[in-house]
Amino acid sequence: MLPGFELRYVWRMLIELGHFALILAFGVAVVQMIVPMIGAHRGNMRWMAVAEPAATTQFLLVAFSFAVLTWAFVTSDFSLQLVYANSHTAKPLIYKISGVWGNHEGSMLLWLLILTLFGASAAWFGGGLPARLRARVLAVQASIGVAFFAFILFTSNPFLRLAVPPLNGRDLNPLLQDPGLAFHPPFLYLGYVGLSMSFSFAVAALIEGRVDAAWGRWVRPWTLAAWMFLTVGIALGSWWAYYELGWGGFWFWDPVENASFMPWLIAAALLHSAIVVEKREALKSWTILLAILAFGFSLLGAFIVRSGVLTSVHAFANDPERGMLILIILAIFLGGALTLFAARAGAMEAKGVFSVVSRESALILNNILLAVSCFVVFIGTIWPLVAEMLFDRTLSVGPPFFDAAFTPFMVGIAVALPLGSIIAWKRGSLARVKTSLAALLGVSLAFGALAFAIQTGRSALGPVGVMLGVWVVGGSLLDLWLRSGREGFAARLGRLRRLPRADWGKAVAHIGMGVTIFGIAAMLAWQKEDIRVAQIGDRWDVGQFAFTLDDVSQLEGPNYLTTMADMGVWRGDRQLGSLQPEKRFYPVANMPTTEAAIRNGILRDIYVVIGDPQDNGGYAVRVYIKPFANWIWGGAILMALGGVLSLSDRRLRVGAAAAKLPKAVPAE
Amino acid sequence: MKRLILVLMLFATPLWAVEPDEMLDDPVLEERARELSQGLRCPVCRNESIDESNATLAKELRIVLRERLVAGDSDQDAVDYMVARYGEFVLLRPDASGANLILWLAAPALLLIALGVGWATIRRRAPVEERLSDEEKAALDKILRS
Repeated sequence: MLPGFELRYVWRMLIELGHFALILAFGVAVVQMIVPMIGAHRGNMRWMAVAEPAATTQFLLVAFSFAVLTWAFVTSDFSLQLVYANSHTAKPLIYKISGVWGNHEGSMLLWLLILTLFGASAAWFGGGLPARLRARVLAVQASIGVAFFAFILFTSNPFLRLAVPPLNGRDLNPLLQDPGLAFHPPFLYLGYVGLSMSFSFAVAALIEGRVDAAWGRWVRPWTLAAWMFLTVGIALGSWWAYYELGWGGFWFWDPVENASFMPWLIAAALLHSAIVVEKREALKSWTILLAILAFGFSLLGAFIVRSGVLTSVHAFANDPERGMLILIILAIFLGGALTLFAARAGAMEAKGVFSVVSRESALILNNILLAVSCFVVFIGTIWPLVAEMLFDRTLSVGPPFFDAAFTPFMVGIAVALPLGSIIAWKRGSLARVKTSLAALLGVSLAFGALAFAIQTGRSALGPVGVMLGVWVVGGSLLDLWLRSGREGFAARLGRLRRLPRADWGKAVAHIGMGVTIFGIAAMLAWQKEDIRVAQIGDRWDVGQFAFTLDDVSQLEGPNYLTTMADMGVWRGDRQLGSLQPEKRFYPVANMPTTEAAIRNGILRDIYVVIGDPQDNGGYAVRVYIKPFANWIWGGAILMALGGVLSLSDRRLRVGAAAAKLPKAVPAE
Repeated sequence: MKRLILVLMLFATPLWAVEPDEMLDDPVLEERARELSQGLRCPVCRNESIDESNATLAKELRIVLRERLVAGDSDQDAVDYMVARYGEFVLLRPDASGANLILWLAAPALLLIALGVGWATIRRRAPVEERLSDEEKAALDKILRS
C-alpha cells in the first residue's frame, strides 16, 4: 500500500488529468471539424480518414474526463467547487453519482459525453456509408462538439478547484434525490443530442447536394433512437412530477417541459417523413428541414433551460451570460443550416408519384399536424417574452391555453392514425377495408357511449378519450390483422409472427399512443380528490373506498427527518392495505419535501399525502383516486418499445442490409 | 451558487396547495373557487396556479377569491378583481385581445396554410389522370380514341 500522502498526490493529479483530457478533446474536435471536411471537398481519402480515429479519441477523452468527475463525487472531494456545491458525505451513493449531472456544469459534461458517443458510434457503425458522406457527417458532428467544448471550458468548467476545501458539501437539492429524477436527464440528453446525428446527416446531405432512399434509411435509426430516448426521458419526468410533487399532476406545460416536448414532436414528424424518403423518394427537402429543426429545438430547449429567460419551476441554472452563448450557438447552427437549406433544397428532386388517397398523403397530414402542434407549444412558450419585449404586456401563458390550443391537434392525429396506417403506398383505397373500419368505428362509439353511461357527471372528456383510445388501439390491431393474409387462423398467426419487426414496432408504438391518450383523458375526467383535517383514529369515505389515519410518527432517514403517517385503505369492512405517506425535512439543504404514498393499480391509483399538523389537533390529509393513471406512462413505454422493435428490424441492421443491398448499408 | 440554492428553496418546494381550513362549506361555491383558482397564476411563483402553490401569497389569494365568491361575485367579477390588482399576469389563459390575437390565431392560420401547401403538394405528385378535370378527361378520351 502506498502511504496516504502519495495517494492524495496521485488523486490530485487525476482531477487535473480529467481537466486536460477535456481540453485535449476540444483540440481533437477542432481537427475533426476541419480536416475531413476539406478532405471530402478535395476527394482526399487520407484527410477524410482522419474523422474516425478522431471521433473515437474524442469520446475516450471525454469518457475519461466524465469518469474523473464521477469519482470526485463518489469520494466527496470537496476541493472541487462543483462537488462542494452539490454533494454531501451523508448522501446515498446513487445520488452522489446522479449528482454529477444534477447541476449545470456536470450536466453539460454529460451532454458532451453523449454527443461524442454518438459521433463515435457513427464512426464505428458507419462502415457502409459512402466515405465522403461519412467524413462530412463526422465533421459536422465535430463542429457541434467544438461549440459545446468551448461553452463548457470557458463558461461552465466543472473542474474548478477551491483553494481551501470545506469539510462537507451543501448537498444536492432534495427534490433531485429521487430515482425517477436521477435518470430523467440522461435519457433526455440522449434524445436531445441524438437529434444532432439527424442534423449532421441533413447538413452533410445538403453539402453533397444529394438525398436518396439510402439517406432516408441511414438517418432513420438515429432519429428513432433519439425519439425513443426522449419518450422515456419525458415519461420519467412526468412520472416523477406525479408522485413527487404531492398532488398527482403529471404535466404542467412548464417551459422546461415544453423544451423537451417540442423536439419530441418534430422528431416524431421526422421519423414518419424519413419513411417516405426511404420508400418513395418524396418529401426530401421537407425531411431535411425537419432534421434541422429537430436539433434546432433541442438547442432551443438547452437555451430555455440554461438561461432561465423563461421562468420555470425546475431551471437549476440561470445565468444570462451562458444563455447568451447558447443563443449564439443556436443562431450559428440553425442559421447556417437554414441558409444552406435555402441554397440547396431546390436541388432535391422528388421522384415518387402518388395518388391523393395514399400512405404518402396520410403521412403528409401526420407531418402537418405534428409540426403545427409543435408550433402551438413554441408560440405559447415564448409568447410571454415576445409580449413583454414588443407589446409591453406582462402576461402568462399557462395550462388553460395549451389545453385549449394543443389538444385539438392530438385529437386530429388520433382520428387520422388508423386510416393512414392501413392505407397502401402510392395508390390506396379504403374500399377493401370499409366494413372492418366501420365495425371498428362502431366499437369505439359503443365504448364511448358505455363510458358516458357509467360515469357520474356529464363530462365529454372521459368518453371521448375512451373512444379515441379504442379507435387508435383497435386500428393498430386491425392493421396487423389485415397484413396477415386471407387464409385460416393458424396461417394468419404464422404470418403475423413472420411480419417484419418494423411492422410490429409501428403497431406497438401506435397502440402506446392510444393507451396514453386514453389514460390522460380518463384520469383527468374521473379523478377524485378529498382534502380534510383528520384526527388519529378517524375514518372517512372517498368514492368507493374508506380511509383511516392510524398513526403518525417522527423518524430519521439517512440525510433527512421525516413525519410518517400510517393510513389504512378499506373497501367496506375489508382492509386492502396500508399506506405510509411522509413529509420529509432535509436539514443540510433546509428544505421540506412531501413523499406521497401511492397504491398502484391497473384500474386506479390511490394516492395519499400527509400535510402539516393543525392548530386544533389532527393533520391535513389529502386523498386522491386517480383512475388509469399508470396507463399514461404505460403508453409511453409501449411507444418506446415500438421504437426498439423497429430499430431491431433486419432492414436497419448492418450485416443483413449489406447482404441484400450492397451499396446501401444503414449507419446503425 | 448561493443564489441558485435560494431560488430552489423559493420555487421548487413541494406543493400543498389548498388546505382544509381555507375551504368553503358550500360545495358548489368551493367547486367554483377551485376551478377559478386553477386559472389564476400565483404572482410570486414560477408557472404555478394559486390552486397548486403553497406560497403564502397564493394562500392569501385563494382566501380573497373565496371571500369574493361568498360576497356574491360572478366568476367574471372575481377574476376581474384579481386582474385589477395583479395585472393580466395572473391570467394563465391569456385573453384574446390586442396583440394576444397573434398567440391565439397564429397556429390555426399556420394550420390552414400548411394544409393548403400539403394539398398542393399532393395534387402535384398525383398521377396525371387524377389531376385532370372531368372535361379534360373527356377531351383526352376523345383524342386517344380518334
